[in-house]
Amino acid sequence: MFSNSRIKKRLSVVWLVISLLTLNSVSAADSIKVGVLHSLSGTMAISETTLKDTVLMMVDRQNEAGGLLGKQLEAVVVDPASNWPLFAEKTRELLEKERVDVIFGCWTSVSRKSVLPVIEELNGLLFYPVQYEGEESSKNVFYTGAAPNQQAIPAVDYLIGELGAERFVLAGTDYVYPRTTNKILENYLKDLGVADSDIMINYTPFGHSDWQTIVSDIKAFGSAGKKTAVVSTINGDANVPFYKELGNQGISAEDIPVIAFSVGEEELSGFDTGPLVGHLAAWNYFMSAEADINDDFIEAWHQFTGDDGRVTNDPMEATYIGFEMWVKAVEKAGTTDVDSVRPALYGTAVPNLTGGTAVMHTNHHLQKPVLIGEILEDGQFEIVSATAGEVIGDAWTNFLPDSAKIIADWTSPVSCGNYNLETQQCSGQNF
Amino acid sequence: MVIQPCKFLFRALLALFSSATFAFEDGLTLSQSSWADKAEWIEILSRDTTDEAEQILKHWVSGHLFYWPAENRLVAGFKQGRKYELRELISGVAINVVKRKAVNKIKVNNKLRSKIKQALAYRSLSSSDASKRLTAIAELKRKPDYSLLHTLLRLEEANRDLKTSRDLQTLVGLVYLESSKSTEQIEGIKRLTDNLSSEAKEGLSRLLLREDISSDVRALGLRTIRDIEKQLSYWGHAQDIVFGISLGSILLLAAVGLAITFGVMGVINMAHGEFIMLGAYTTFVVQQIIPGGSATALFVSIPAAFIVAGVAGILLEKSVIRHLYGRPLETLLATVGVSLLLQQMVRSIFGPLNQAVTSPEILSGSLVVNAAFAITYNRVFVIIFAALVMVGLWLLMYRTPFGVRLRAVTMNRGMAASMGIRSQRMDALAFGLGSGVAGMAGVAISQLTNVGPNLGQAYIVDSFMVVVFGGVGNLFGTAIAAIGLGVATKIVEPIIGPVLAKIVILIFIILFIQRRPRGLFALRGRSVEE
Amino acid sequence: MDQIFRKFTLSFVTVVVLYVFINNILLPESFGFGLDSYYLTLIGKYLCFAILALALDAAWGYCGILSLGHGAFFALGGYAMGMYLMRQIGDRGVYGDPLLPDFMVFLNWTELPWFWTGFDQPWFAALMIILVPGLLAFFFGWFAFRSRVSGVYFSIITQALTYALMLAFFRNEMGFGGNNGLTDFKDVLGYPISSERTRASFMIVSGLTLILFLISTSWAMTTKFGRVLLAIRDSEDRTRFLGYRVESYKLSIFVLSATMAGIAGALYVPQIGIINPGEFSPLNSIEIVVWVAVGGRGSLYGAALGAVVVNLAKTYFTGAYPDAWLYFLGSLFVLSTIFMPRGIVGVFQDSLHWLVTEKSRYRGTSSP
Repeated sequence: MFSNSRIKKRLSVVWLVISLLTLNSVSAADSIKVGVLHSLSGTMAISETTLKDTVLMMVDRQNEAGGLLGKQLEAVVVDPASNWPLFAEKTRELLEKERVDVIFGCWTSVSRKSVLPVIEELNGLLFYPVQYEGEESSKNVFYTGAAPNQQAIPAVDYLIGELGAERFVLAGTDYVYPRTTNKILENYLKDLGVADSDIMINYTPFGHSDWQTIVSDIKAFGSAGKKTAVVSTINGDANVPFYKELGNQGISAEDIPVIAFSVGEEELSGFDTGPLVGHLAAWNYFMSAEADINDDFIEAWHQFTGDDGRVTNDPMEATYIGFEMWVKAVEKAGTTDVDSVRPALYGTAVPNLTGGTAVMHTNHHLQKPVLIGEILEDGQFEIVSATAGEVIGDAWTNFLPDSAKIIADWTSPVSCGNYNLETQQCSGQNF
Repeated sequence: MVIQPCKFLFRALLALFSSATFAFEDGLTLSQSSWADKAEWIEILSRDTTDEAEQILKHWVSGHLFYWPAENRLVAGFKQGRKYELRELISGVAINVVKRKAVNKIKVNNKLRSKIKQALAYRSLSSSDASKRLTAIAELKRKPDYSLLHTLLRLEEANRDLKTSRDLQTLVGLVYLESSKSTEQIEGIKRLTDNLSSEAKEGLSRLLLREDISSDVRALGLRTIRDIEKQLSYWGHAQDIVFGISLGSILLLAAVGLAITFGVMGVINMAHGEFIMLGAYTTFVVQQIIPGGSATALFVSIPAAFIVAGVAGILLEKSVIRHLYGRPLETLLATVGVSLLLQQMVRSIFGPLNQAVTSPEILSGSLVVNAAFAITYNRVFVIIFAALVMVGLWLLMYRTPFGVRLRAVTMNRGMAASMGIRSQRMDALAFGLGSGVAGMAGVAISQLTNVGPNLGQAYIVDSFMVVVFGGVGNLFGTAIAAIGLGVATKIVEPIIGPVLAKIVILIFIILFIQRRPRGLFALRGRSVEE
Repeated sequence: MDQIFRKFTLSFVTVVVLYVFINNILLPESFGFGLDSYYLTLIGKYLCFAILALALDAAWGYCGILSLGHGAFFALGGYAMGMYLMRQIGDRGVYGDPLLPDFMVFLNWTELPWFWTGFDQPWFAALMIILVPGLLAFFFGWFAFRSRVSGVYFSIITQALTYALMLAFFRNEMGFGGNNGLTDFKDVLGYPISSERTRASFMIVSGLTLILFLISTSWAMTTKFGRVLLAIRDSEDRTRFLGYRVESYKLSIFVLSATMAGIAGALYVPQIGIINPGEFSPLNSIEIVVWVAVGGRGSLYGAALGAVVVNLAKTYFTGAYPDAWLYFLGSLFVLSTIFMPRGIVGVFQDSLHWLVTEKSRYRGTSSP
């Protein structure tokens, strides 16, 4: 049937390949393990790879400064490949097999939701550095990114106050973060007296790349006699073709300004920002923030990556804050045991990169300044407005009737992530 | 707190010395003032007719105005790496290069930018340069200011240029709408009849929102705006069709390479999307080599992308596909592996972030038929490019010896080989051709969307749909299918939204294939069904 | 030789199932021989994928129907199970609503959509797990096979099907949780979903289902039904001319295959803890085909083996080489199609064949 030599050739290749695969990684003996759970391939790799590098940089810096509790830190990196079930599996691997003491990870809400049951079951510790929609407060997760009241509400305030906007387009990608944010904003705007007909809400699927129709709709909506602004919760790099189309159809930032919540320095770095000058973003950190500590951070980042052109962005700052806080709490508690570190985290204060201080509150959220920035020609942001002080993150927004009556407080007597003030009961996630 | 009395004082001084020039000492105050105060400064500067004031405003709006504490004056600053090169405001002579911390930027935001642009536009109104006048009028249309009425009327009288007169007429009409006199409002509405620009609609809507207009004016205004809206909707449909053709041309470019490899050769190439991506990255690399964002770079990238993707295709054919001929499903699996490899390779070389591909100058801007119907030049380019590619392929397949040989090998491999055609070589070349066309598609796509390692994934499923719908083995069918699907999507989208539109199109294809299992134009391809 | 491998696979799975049953269920925890939850969920996941691969192989390897959309049936079964699990949450959700799952409260819906009724009953959910993928396969297949859509065309429209379903389920208005999917499950059939016993039980059930399907499908292929399927695979026209109603046979195996895939999905979801529209993604369905091809198409146990091997490789490489695992996976796909055209099973068979012939040559009469 087959010639012997052909079979032999094939088999030898197969066995050769199999034998090459018997490599194993060696792990250091006595070290504190730090888990890194960010997608390094797939659709989210664009955003998450940078955060993996940030954690690695922080680990290096800490080790150079003498490690933690006398031991060296070791980063354990896994790739959940933008695949949500894989996030859960990798979390389990990190906690049960690798026995990491803390995990820095996740970006999309779905990934966090998949990780949540695992991390609560195995009593792990996750620092989540991305802005999100709120409506959650888990015992095992610390949210160092912005809650809606630290981003969306002040952004709309700026649009109304500074730019005089009277009509609003809420454009988002069809998933939970834009939906929640838009819901909150719709209620907020209506409370302020904006009419229903002056609010247009629009959702697009992930990866939508053909914006011609939507942009011409925005143009039509915006020429009704009142100043119109767009609040964009469009996801990540889908904003790029959206902005391109805005420029193509002749809509400048002075006509219809667009403020985005998912566009940062990183998303703009692959893009010619000439036509975008004047459009806005709302974050708690911009690379152009003027503070010595920020300059040091950027310097260290350029050295670590070996690339002077790399940018820094808000999730990186959130990762930085989370890491510093964790280190401080571990030093305070004297151990990496999660049940001791957790209470040590409450009240921990760490300088943020814009010259202020970040403090961890008992609802597992930070206080952060809210900055509004305008896009410049070089892809950086010009900070045009900043809150006077820092805003404390509110996990349960006051602008949705169902959430307004819920608070999160993990210290006694409440000790619960979703405590209903009316019924005086704790419900929902494990507690 | 301290600013208020200072401001008052300055104003008082200004009132005394009405033609006072802007003193450099105020640079410090300017750099420290709030947005509201900065707005006041702009007012002052716009009334100042000197060159100095104009330069300050110009540099300010472009973000190049800085206050230099060391010499206590305002300068123009241009970024050079991590430092700033300072130049004189008016003459532009270079002064010094300093660190970023040595200067304070005079910030600008949207509102201020708008104000400054208005002020500068007003100055350019009477410029001798026609294009400057047009830009000025376009800018002033954004915020019609009633106080400019007399200036504008005078200008209109004196004007002899045709292009300018049309724009001026609109501008004066818009300004009339801001008036409080009914006669002038009616005059304004009359001037804006049948004007399809968004400024006209905006202006009329604003007028109708006012409560102090007479019923005559309101009736006329309503009629005019209804008329405009009807015309806009008619043009809107036309524009949808053109959007559809644009989308279709992108689909066509992406799918035609697949039509060749899949239809004509019977090879299912799941790495096809990655060849498109290779073409897009080639464009990026060529732009790095030929900087300046010029059209030359773009035109060089077209053959470059063809060669890169074509060579990659030939390599793939010789190493992998060759062993798998006659087994279309195995080629599918192997090429899935190749697609993963290519993605990871690109990710390793260029990093996972998106890369910046700029559009050349000549492709920016739009082809404007009227104010409601415009198509951007880069989309026009893609449509023309797609048409040229199709014509080129047709000529290649039906008018050259190569094409004859390829079709022969397709129809009957054994016979063709007996006639002396080296069929193995034809396979490699045909695969290279299909991949090369995919590379060229990547060049076009790089002008319209993000260039990242996942670029290919967005186009592979759509490409397959187009090829199957059009009829496997038929380039003409692919073209019709691509344009048809593009137009259908764009017509349906405004009605039910993008997601439902896509779903409806997919269901349509599924049902269509079940009625006509061979697609729109079924031709005998090589052993696809066997 | 086939028999040997089949028996080997079956016994291996049985051993694993028994081990878990004894150590995780029967014996108390203190004995310490039980597998920890990481391995329980991992092996459970592999077993579900093995069932899925088996389902695809039944249609592809034995009847030549290449479906590039089997992920859709898997996901539909998963969603049916997910809906049951969501109803089980009751008022323990974040918003404390006794009837509506959290994502519906959040979307401001006041009542349960009609298609959610009945899912609080386990028997109804079980029925839906079988019916929904089955019915979809029935209607889709009936139209397709009747119109003689076959080969690559059929494969492409199955891709269209799963792509359309993915887009549909991503929409929050559809009522299936949108991009977040269905998650935050509390318990199943009264047992807490994250306890080790429940995990072990699911793993065991998955193993038993795999064994059951393996045995029954292999047996089915030896009957007349199976023979006709093989005939259709090898030459559809000829079989039709011989008088067999080819469309009915194709439809039956397609529906059976879809149902098996749905059951695999239903077993998968409680072990993973989330179901989201990403499972409908066209690439997922193509991956299933790769599993079957790597394992060995046309031999059911080979498909199961392929699913386990590829996913094992994925788990290993995403952990050990997070920056470069795609190189390994991609190379695996390419090399296996070129050097292992009949999959791992083919390699085993060739090795055995080579061993046997080499032995016989030495024993043979031919002199050097």
